[in-house]
Amino acid sequence: MLSDLERKEIEEELRNYPLPRAGCLDALKVVQRHRGWVPDEQIADVAEVLGMTADELDGIATFYPFIFRRPVGRHIVAICDGFACWIMGYQKLFEALVERLGVSWGGTTADGRFTLLPISCMGHCDRAPAMMVDEDVYGNLTTEQIGQILEQYK
Amino acid sequence: MSGFLENMREKPLTGTMRKDGEPVGIKEYEENGGYRALRKALDSMTPQEVQDMVKAANLRGRGGAGFSTGLKWSFVPMGSKAAHPKFLISNSDEMEPGDFKDRILMERNPHQLIEGMIISSYAIEADMAYIFLRWGYQKSGRIMAAALREAHDAGWLGRNIGGSGFNLDIRLHTSAGRYICGEETALLNALEGKRPIPRAKPPFPQAHGLWGKPTVVNNVETLCNVPHIVMNGPEWFKALSLCGDGGTKIYTVSGRVREPGFWELPMGTTIRDLLEGPAQGMQTGYTARAVIPGGGSTEFVLPELFDTPMDFDSMEKKAKSRLGTGTMVVLDDKTCPIGLVHNLERFFARESCGWCTPCRDGLPWLVRILASIEEGGGRPEDMDVLKDHTWLLKMRHPYCAHAPGAMEPLQSALTFFKEDFDRHIAEQRCPYKGGQG
Repeated sequence: MLSDLERKEIEEELRNYPLPRAGCLDALKVVQRHRGWVPDEQIADVAEVLGMTADELDGIATFYPFIFRRPVGRHIVAICDGFACWIMGYQKLFEALVERLGVSWGGTTADGRFTLLPISCMGHCDRAPAMMVDEDVYGNLTTEQIGQILEQYK
Repeated sequence: MSGFLENMREKPLTGTMRKDGEPVGIKEYEENGGYRALRKALDSMTPQEVQDMVKAANLRGRGGAGFSTGLKWSFVPMGSKAAHPKFLISNSDEMEPGDFKDRILMERNPHQLIEGMIISSYAIEADMAYIFLRWGYQKSGRIMAAALREAHDAGWLGRNIGGSGFNLDIRLHTSAGRYICGEETALLNALEGKRPIPRAKPPFPQAHGLWGKPTVVNNVETLCNVPHIVMNGPEWFKALSLCGDGGTKIYTVSGRVREPGFWELPMGTTIRDLLEGPAQGMQTGYTARAVIPGGGSTEFVLPELFDTPMDFDSMEKKAKSRLGTGTMVVLDDKTCPIGLVHNLERFFARESCGWCTPCRDGLPWLVRILASIEEGGGRPEDMDVLKDHTWLLKMRHPYCAHAPGAMEPLQSALTFFKEDFDRHIAEQRCPYKGGQG
């Protein structure tokens, strides 16, 4: 079931669009903001609010990499694997993150703190290699900085 | 060189950006002459006159294709018989590998984009406008949202703008990843709340776009140029350029150069002037082997063609590549070209929407072959499979331009770096060690 707050926030988002289904991505983001991810039950609930079938909505939810249909960690570490970052040392950065977190692509640390994901060229090529932790961007990265950066996210 | 290029020319798009990197607020923007072009258009020009002016200025779309902006607008049905509501969309889904120019424009001068969108909406008599923003640009989103509120409070958005009778609202839509959303018809499906796969063209969006209504989708940099054209006229705009295309261009250089960055320079600045000028040449110990001049879906250009002007026609005719987004990444001599192409094709395979078979199945096949060559398992006949794919996935074979774009770096690599491919296959290893400099 959707919480009253989720329902209210979804209704607010839908005001930006002439038809309810156009707000489907915003509605999914409301659920994700509250729960960290979007479970099956809430796909069905949101679909009902929007006048769509659950399958139709799931077809959209699963299309987008940053709508999570599985539980993720409290923080998302997304490494840019664009070709500018690749030239500038992405591989070393990736390996250092895998070693530190003990997980690879799509994995979540045992303490539920971090999930590691790739992100397509994130548009910080002049500061390559780059990564995002949640909404924060870090550029000109060296492997030595990783520990200090991740420490800020509890 | 750098000083000349940096200081001698007018920089309408970036000249008033703050040195501290913070966004220009509405007060500062208006003090710099902002919203005067909108005032001028609303008070003294008809929508048709705005269209004609932009057409005369020869502004070509900055999202990569280079289509005339005025001509694109001219296909929108106008007047009392036209279907409404009409829509204008800023394509802010910047996801071309190597490209970050639109992010700079949104983060540092948000009102310039808003003013460009309002004038462009007026020119096509649009009722509603959207900014379609990529997920990764969270900071751009916060800055644009704040600027939209400022513009609304100042009366530049909403009903009866500046007493003109023209009404417009701009809404911000933030996506959730996926390169294909930047394809204009996939973008329309995304905004309608459908699975964002491209649509067949025709019908073209100008006549049947968002919810079947007349719609124009323009790139951020394109829209940002519009206020300056309206304010200063088409002749001024054309004089900014070194070639027939009007205006300046935001160029960027990344890779192992001394000063990677972005610069607004006359359209038609050469590759060499960019590399050796503001980018200050290669880092010590590295030599430029080629550039990808305009985003991941453009062909490599070798050093003997570095004197080519970075404009739409020269890059096609002389350099046999494309200007694309004008955002260059340098391949240096310590980086494996096969590894680089493998990285690019992996991106295109991952970002395929999966709608049509050649793209959905062809791109992953290429990735597996490139991976195998890079890892030392390549066979001589792999070269034929790679080459065949550049034909199988060329323009008009798949449903949209995604896979054909993916073939551009590959087909040029097969020619320019053939020795590297052969050596990987003959020696069953990557001669560049880890595949990376």
